Amino acid sequence: MKTIALIIVIITGSFLLYATVDFPSWGDPQSPASTHVSPRYIERTLEETSVPNVVTAVLADYRGFDTLFETTVIFAAGVACFFLLRAFGKERPATGLYRHLLTGVTVRIKGSAGLPDDMEEFERIDTLWTPYDPIVKVMCQRLIPFIQLFALYVIAHGHHSPGGGFQGGVILGASLILLSISHNFRIALRRMGERLDALLCALGVAIYAGTGALCLLLGANFLDYSALAGILHVDPVTARSHGILIVEIGVGIAVMATMVLIYNNLASAGKFDEGL
Amino acid sequence: MIWQLDLLVLTLVVLCGIGAIMVRDLLGAAILFSAYSFLMCLLWSIMGAVDVAFTEASVGAGVSTVFFIAAVFHTTRRTKD
Amino acid sequence: MSDFFSHLVARYNYWIYITLMMIGLYAMIAKNNLVKKIIGMNIFQTAIILFYISIGAKKGATIPIISHGSGHEAHVVKAADYINPLPHVLMLTAIVVAVATLGVALALAVQVYRQYKTLEEDEILQKIRES
Repeated sequence: MKTIALIIVIITGSFLLYATVDFPSWGDPQSPASTHVSPRYIERTLEETSVPNVVTAVLADYRGFDTLFETTVIFAAGVACFFLLRAFGKERPATGLYRHLLTGVTVRIKGSAGLPDDMEEFERIDTLWTPYDPIVKVMCQRLIPFIQLFALYVIAHGHHSPGGGFQGGVILGASLILLSISHNFRIALRRMGERLDALLCALGVAIYAGTGALCLLLGANFLDYSALAGILHVDPVTARSHGILIVEIGVGIAVMATMVLIYNNLASAGKFDEGL
Repeated sequence: MIWQLDLLVLTLVVLCGIGAIMVRDLLGAAILFSAYSFLMCLLWSIMGAVDVAFTEASVGAGVSTVFFIAAVFHTTRRTKD
Repeated sequence: MSDFFSHLVARYNYWIYITLMMIGLYAMIAKNNLVKKIIGMNIFQTAIILFYISIGAKKGATIPIISHGSGHEAHVVKAADYINPLPHVLMLTAIVVAVATLGVALALAVQVYRQYKTLEEDEILQKIRES
């Protein structure tokens, strides 16, 4: 198998290397990719949408269909992960480990009954890996609000600086994943339950598609945000800018919820009981 | 663009890529892949694609490494090649 | 010969991208472990994304965020001053889709491990044949 793979790789690679002869040299401003549609985007974006970051404007406005269906693909991937891994049924593990918070003594309880989850003196801990690390816990607890604030800034300030719904959504999801890793899987699940997660996942896509459908109802094309001018009481150019912001928020919600959904299913192997 | 810097990062990227598929430990492979993603993000910021570099820094070097580690945690670190 | 070397120097980026792509392809075909195959798939993906970003690069241009002052009237924006934003847009979404598909691929690997207790391709095939 290895020799066949090596032969295939060498043949494909030499064909591709032969094709580089016809490529434009690196950084050529006259290359075909940079001369057809992109000059129009660069020259007209600021006056048509009043968004200085061309990438955001092209992402959410000129090529909105592309991004809408990319978001749908992400949503579908999250749902696929859920259906592949989620194990339904609520059997508890045979032994439960609990830590007494005041003394630090670990108690092991056999049988599937266990202690109730809301007891204040005892904290349930994972059976496989249970270090008690106050430094990591406290540092992450202090850091997470700032990470989330930064994520919101990235979503809201995507018009003027690098950023937008995808990046901000991933950072928001990463902050929830950090909570789950540094503290406990169940604490993170209590903050953001499975049902809420799945609802947000669909809500993000619905915000995006709903904005497009609203434009359609107002008599313009699908995802033509200048039709929103009447509702938002602004001129059409500013309406396009606001439309991009609404869509980016939708993308951010969908991406955040999908990242958390995939992580929850992967980290607990579908049991939603113990994480990493 | 400074071509010496570009060549240095490209060499490191190729080394990390080869390392990620050669190392005989899946956890090590995940960490090397994370380093690969981060160097890739550096390469894109050299080329001026700031949005793409930002996405890769948060996605490739952050979340995808966590996914790999979660999957390896529930399967096995052992690998034959 | 000197013609060949000038060609090589002008396009060394593309050569390295193709090397990366072939590393990913080799891992997808020849590696036995499923997680290694997934890593190979991701290396292949990033090499293609790298290629797309590099065809949008322009010498002497800046990042595609248009500089503007508030209060002044709009000045003429020249396309040659800014890097081509179109490949950035296409690849930005591709990266996030790549991580979502990575999640699905790893979920499949975890499910395969649950059923066959191994991640090696040959052992899985052997167990399928035995059963």
